[in-house]
Amino acid sequence: MSRDRASRRLPVIITLLVGLMLTIMPLAQSVQSFRPDWLALLVVFWAMQLPRTWSVGTAWFIGVVLDVSYGTLLGQHALALCVIAFITVRFHLLMRVFPLSQLTATVFALLALYQFLLFWINGVAGVSAEAVEYWGPVLTGSLVWPFLYMFLSGVRYRARAGA
Amino acid sequence: MVASRGNNTNPARIPALGIRLIALTLISILLMYLDHRHNHLDNVRKAIGVAVYPFQLVVDAPVRFWAWLGESTTSRNELQLEVGRLKAERLLTNARLQRLTALEAENARLRALLDARGKVRDEVRVAEIMAVDANPYEHNLVIDIGSRDGVYDGQAIVDADGVVGQVIETGIMTSQAVLISDTDHALPVEVNRNGLRTIAVGTGEIDRLDLPFLPNNADIETGDLLVTSGLGGAFPAGYPVAIVDAVTRIPQEPFASVTARPAAALDQVREVMLIWSAAEDTATGDEH
Repeated sequence: MSRDRASRRLPVIITLLVGLMLTIMPLAQSVQSFRPDWLALLVVFWAMQLPRTWSVGTAWFIGVVLDVSYGTLLGQHALALCVIAFITVRFHLLMRVFPLSQLTATVFALLALYQFLLFWINGVAGVSAEAVEYWGPVLTGSLVWPFLYMFLSGVRYRARAGA
Repeated sequence: MVASRGNNTNPARIPALGIRLIALTLISILLMYLDHRHNHLDNVRKAIGVAVYPFQLVVDAPVRFWAWLGESTTSRNELQLEVGRLKAERLLTNARLQRLTALEAENARLRALLDARGKVRDEVRVAEIMAVDANPYEHNLVIDIGSRDGVYDGQAIVDADGVVGQVIETGIMTSQAVLISDTDHALPVEVNRNGLRTIAVGTGEIDRLDLPFLPNNADIETGDLLVTSGLGGAFPAGYPVAIVDAVTRIPQEPFASVTARPAAALDQVREVMLIWSAAEDTATGDEH
């Protein structure tokens, strides 16, 4: 039982750690605003696949880590991630039967909501940023989603088969 | 709550999801409030920062490895050339330094005559910039020393050519700094040529600063060197900041539009120096 649980958690933890690295990896100034929100995408995927283990609590915790490594307001990314995790978990059965194109559209909406929440909190806190800082990650995030989805499904399948 | 009522769309509902969301939302808002208004959460931040540190190291490692590889595979010839160049450079700097020592002594004497407060020599320490991206909304960088090395919030950071920025967030092993080009950063400067004081504001572009508060008749020209005036308290006086590269005077506007190019190569630096100015070691009069 515990081995089964470990084999279920390990891929999630590893992908999240890799996601964190990709998030803080340096990029050239010009493409920096187009970095996909890797952690948001991962949260959506895992909340959709394993909603009982990975839901709002985990998302919130990841958000706090993100806030610390970014130096943003503590709770900003936590709140935004927690909200999109909630929506994903709420509709996870629906999202699982969506065709990939429709799922990608849903992810686009989720990412837009995520960035909107960040934008909103930034506005209240008086942090100004250019529009591309918000739209860039939504666009690139939706573009990489299909590939990420296929990759993570493979990871998941293999982890299960190996257990 | 929300989840428990509408379970017709979602038969396999997760228990207490809505309640958890509301609780976490409230906690987030409380955290943000405390963080924004009172800075009470520095210790929490530091604790989590320590947990993030290994990842920053791992992300930084390939870049470091590449630099190391480059260094260790340089040919003997190139090294000899570089040593020669450095020796020549050192000779030149030393010669200039001799003059500087004499000037410093003279300056101290004159200040003593004028009864002005003596200038204190600043302590510096070299820090390396970690190849880690921080806040996407700001021009930030992460350096590899933190409060355990005595770094404090608001501390000035310079490189070999001029002011780079200041520390905004001290972790235990790393610190975050804001560049002078950040839109939220303003820096009190003076024109080196005539002592005209003004404020240099970041524009969000890495190679441009704005000087928005200069009247049309201000004595400023293209090519003027701007140095820190030391008035804000955060930066010690006399470090080069930027060189004025465009002055546009429009008669009907109250202020001239003046832009300057930072003296430090903000996007290229790898090593920076942190300054401990002995006179004002706790002053955090930062405008950030």
